[in-house]
Amino acid sequence: MTAVLEARHLGKRAGRATLLDGVGLTVAAGEMIAIIGPNGAGKSTLLRLLSGDLRPSAGEVRLKQRDIGSFAPRELAARRAMLSQHINVTFPFTVEEIVLMGAGERSLREAGPLVDAALDEVGLSHFRERQLPTLSGGEQQRAHFARVLVQLACGEAKHGPGLLLLDEPTSSLDLRHQIDLVEAARRRAAAGTAVIAILHDLNLAIRFADRLVVLAGGRLAADGPRAEVVTRERIRDIFEIDADVHQVDGVPYVLPQSMRAAGQAELPPR
Amino acid sequence: MSVAAGIETRSPRHSAGRRAASFAIPLLLVVLLVTAIAALTVGAAGIPLSRLPAALGLAGENTAMTARDQLVLWSIRIPRIAAAAMIGGLLAAAGAIMQGLFRNPLADPALVGVSSGGALAAASAIVFTDSRFGEALRVLQTELLPLAAFAGSLATTTILYGISSRSGRTSIAIFLLAGVAITAIANAGIGLLVFIADDRQLRDITFWMLGSMSGATWTKAAVLAPVLIAGLAGCAFIARGLDLLVLGEADAFHGGVDVERLKRISIVMVSAMTGVAVSISGVIGFVGIVVPHLLRLVIGPAHRLLLPASVLSGAILMVGADTLARTIVAPAEMPIGILTAAVGAPVFLFILLRQRGLAAL
Repeated sequence: MTAVLEARHLGKRAGRATLLDGVGLTVAAGEMIAIIGPNGAGKSTLLRLLSGDLRPSAGEVRLKQRDIGSFAPRELAARRAMLSQHINVTFPFTVEEIVLMGAGERSLREAGPLVDAALDEVGLSHFRERQLPTLSGGEQQRAHFARVLVQLACGEAKHGPGLLLLDEPTSSLDLRHQIDLVEAARRRAAAGTAVIAILHDLNLAIRFADRLVVLAGGRLAADGPRAEVVTRERIRDIFEIDADVHQVDGVPYVLPQSMRAAGQAELPPR
Repeated sequence: MSVAAGIETRSPRHSAGRRAASFAIPLLLVVLLVTAIAALTVGAAGIPLSRLPAALGLAGENTAMTARDQLVLWSIRIPRIAAAAMIGGLLAAAGAIMQGLFRNPLADPALVGVSSGGALAAASAIVFTDSRFGEALRVLQTELLPLAAFAGSLATTTILYGISSRSGRTSIAIFLLAGVAITAIANAGIGLLVFIADDRQLRDITFWMLGSMSGATWTKAAVLAPVLIAGLAGCAFIARGLDLLVLGEADAFHGGVDVERLKRISIVMVSAMTGVAVSISGVIGFVGIVVPHLLRLVIGPAHRLLLPASVLSGAILMVGADTLARTIVAPAEMPIGILTAAVGAPVFLFILLRQRGLAAL
C-alpha cells in the first residue's frame, strides 16, 4: 500500500505554548483513521497541519510524496477535502449552491449528478432549494459534508484516490445521522480514499476506524488497531476516567463506570 | 466575542424567486436605458422626447431648437448621466465586494470611512496643488485627484482589515467601530483643511462633503470608464472566491481559493472603485449597502451574478437620484448625498433590525 499522507516529527508552537510535538503519522490509500484524545490534546491543530492550512513549526507533511506546502491551493483542493467544525454562512445561499461550491468552476449542469448524489447521501435532497441559514445546525453540517463529498469526487476523478479530513463531523448530528456520516466516510475508504476523522465518541471511532490514533498533551500516545489501543489502562491515562472495556461481537465497547449506575458513581482516584 | 455576522433572511424562503436570476441582466440593462433616456429629457432646459432623436443626431430635421438641444445634451447632460451611471455602478459593486470580503451585509465603503479616507486625500491634494509647494503639479490636478483618493481609500481599507481581522476571523463589531474611528479621523483631517483653506479651496472641499454630480465633464467620465471596465473584469475573476469566502477563510482555502491573493485583489478593487468615484462625485453613502442587499433578496447571493447586477442597479439608482437632485429644487441643485442618505439610512436600519435577534454585537 502506498502512503497517501506522511507526517514526520510534526511540531507546532504558538508563542511559547507547544501545541504539538514530534507527531508522526502515515496513512495509506483506503485506510480510515480516527484521532481521539481529550480537549486541548492538539487534534484540531494536527488536522489543520495535515490539511495544509497551517504550516508546521517543525517536521513535514507529505501528500502523495510531495511536500504539502508546495501545492497551490487549487491543486491541494483537488487532492484533499476537509470538513471543518462550525461553519457560519452569513449570506442566503441555498443548500444546492453551497454543495455546488465543492465542484470548483463546474456549473450546475456539469456537476449536477454529483450534487444530486451527495445531497441524496446526506439525506437533504428535499432541502436543496432552502436557504442554508434557515436550517438547523445538524442539517447545515450535513450540507457542508455533501459539499466536501462533491469536492472529493471531483478531485478523485482527475487525480485518483485522495484524502478526506473530518474535524468532529458528528458533533451536531443526531444518532442516525452520525452513523450515516461515518458510513459514508467508510464507503469512500472502501473505494480507496484515505480518511482521517477526529471523533469524540470512542465507540463510534472504534466501530468504524481501521486504526486509532491517540493524542494527549500534543504528543502521540498510541497508534494502532482498536484492540491494541483500547484498554482500561489507556483510557484511564488519557481521559482520566475509569471505564470497562467489553467485547461486543469481538469489537471493544467502552462503558465509563460512572455511567453504569447513575448517581452511585464515585469520582475515580487520580 | 467575534460575532456571528447577520443572516439576511430568516424565514424559510424557497428560492423559486431565483428564477429572476436568469433574466436579471437583460432586464436591468433595459431599465438603465429607459432611466437614462428619461434623464436626458428632464432638466433646467427641457428636451421633450419628440425632439430627442434630432438632438442626439439620430434623425429628424435641424431646427433652431436642435442646436440648443445638442449643446445641452452633449456638453452637459450626457457626460453627467454617463458619470452618474458609472459612479453608481462603482459604488454599488464596491459595496458588494466589501460585504463579500467581510462576510457581512452591513459593510459599505462610505459607512466605514473608506470614502472619507479618499475624500481626505483628495482634499489634501486640492490644498497642496494650490499651495506654493505644489505649484508644479497644479496642471495635473484632474489626474492627481483620483490617484490621491485611491491611495487614501487603499490606506483606509488596509488599516480596517488589519484591525478587524485576526487569524482568519473578522469581528464585525470591531470592524464597524474601527470604521467609526477612521471616519472621525478623516473628518478631523478634512476639518483642518477647511480651516486653513482659502475661499476657493473651501468651495472645492465643501463639495466633497456633500457629494454631487455637478462637476461631471467628459474628462472625468473618461477617468471613470477604464476603472469601471477593469472593475468588471476583476469581478468576474474574484466572484467564485468571494462565494467560497462565505464559508470562512480556512474553508475557502480548503475549497481551493488562494485566500491571501483574493483578499489583496478585493481590497485594491474596493479602494480603486471607491476612491475614483469619490474623487469625481464626493462622498455618496448607502448605495453600496442598499443595492446589493435588495439584489440578494431577488437574485440570490452568488457573486458571479450579484456583482454585475450591482453595477447595473447602482447605475440606475444613481442616474435616477441625480435626475431628482437636479430637478426637485430647480434651478438650484440638491446635493445627491443627501438624497441617497435619506433613502439609504432607513434601509440600513431595516437590515439591522432584521438581524438583531441573530447577531449580538
